[in-house]
Amino acid sequence: MNNRLMLLFTGALVAGAAFVLVLFGNPGNMGFCIACFLRDAAGSLGLHSSANVQYMRPEILGLILGSFVISLASGEFRPRTGSSPVLRFLIGAGVSIGALVFLGCPLRMVLRLAAGDFNALFGLLGFVIGIAAGCLVLNLGFSLGPARQTGRIEGSGISILTIILFIILIAAPGLLRFSTEGPGSMRAPLFLSLAMGLAVGAMAQKSRMCFAGGFRDLFLLRDSTLITGLVSLFVISLVINLVSGNFKPGFEGQSVAHTQWLWNMLGMVVVGFGSILLGGCPLRQLILAGEGNSDSAVTVLGLAAGGAMAHNFNLASSTSGTTAGGRAATVLILLFFALVSALVIVSRRRSE
Amino acid sequence: MKRIDTSGYSCPEPVLMTKRALKSSGQGLEVIVDNVASRENVTRFAQATGYSVGCVSEGSRWILTLTK
Repeated sequence: MNNRLMLLFTGALVAGAAFVLVLFGNPGNMGFCIACFLRDAAGSLGLHSSANVQYMRPEILGLILGSFVISLASGEFRPRTGSSPVLRFLIGAGVSIGALVFLGCPLRMVLRLAAGDFNALFGLLGFVIGIAAGCLVLNLGFSLGPARQTGRIEGSGISILTIILFIILIAAPGLLRFSTEGPGSMRAPLFLSLAMGLAVGAMAQKSRMCFAGGFRDLFLLRDSTLITGLVSLFVISLVINLVSGNFKPGFEGQSVAHTQWLWNMLGMVVVGFGSILLGGCPLRQLILAGEGNSDSAVTVLGLAAGGAMAHNFNLASSTSGTTAGGRAATVLILLFFALVSALVIVSRRRSE
Repeated sequence: MKRIDTSGYSCPEPVLMTKRALKSSGQGLEVIVDNVASRENVTRFAQATGYSVGCVSEGSRWILTLTK
């Protein structure tokens, strides 16, 4: 019950934070989409050159640091590494590209649903199909293998990096790129963004909030605890949107979205499947990275690299729809996930 | 009593390993976990499937004893 309450509260906190951040300038229905914001951060470092999606999002830095600080304080900081880091990087990059074909990570998918964006219904359908596929391969014995303990400096690496990036953001912003138009130029005040990131990071660490894990536990274990967070985020966001007049039901004219249902669905199949292979959704990866999990830190770097690739190779969708490259990449990434799953299962069975 | 070691694995794998082991072990099982999230998840799963769970801390790990 305690777990459930914590997840209810975290979902409400995410909903509140997303509403406040959009009110103060973040792009509509985005709150703090993990895939979009890691892509913006990659752009800010010059890893891609789409001028309208570049900003070192303080929310991302806050999420990692919030988890880092609270796990240090509670003794849950556990440096570990060595569970297939290269595969995790590649799967993370694939998840990011899938999310950018749909235009949102699972967190943003829920926010879009709660704002009446019916395109996200196809995203949800795809997400659930992807998770079901992931559960199937888990049942067949898929595993990225065990991690081992590592040093505290290695475990803190990505958290230290976020502190350095934040110092650069406030002390030497000239080193970074900043969008002057488009979604990257829409941003809430820096310290508000950081504060929201820290608060959600800390709460998500305590509650183990995970969007993919919610459905996974329901399918594999008949356990509805973890999905409480997703449901709470949806319900509270829906109420906020209805009260504030932000609920606009329909397919057309939604904020940073497109109407190609098949690719909205398949993009999220990629995200659902990949998240299960990785053991958690993009938000959860940030939180685990803060807790000292170097494998998740590598996954976060993969997510950022995938975001950069999505723009360098013109794979990311826009409000006018998907691209040919994005559609091809979606299919190829699904094939890649299926191939990796099959090869891992076969190789594990042979070694048993 | 049969014992499984889930050290190094992160969720949901410790729970799935527990689920598989319970199928073959019948009455009881000892599960070693090395992180708080897995300790909570294995405990919740075991309780939901009708086991009572004892927990002993041992260094940086916990030994969960699952009995009917």
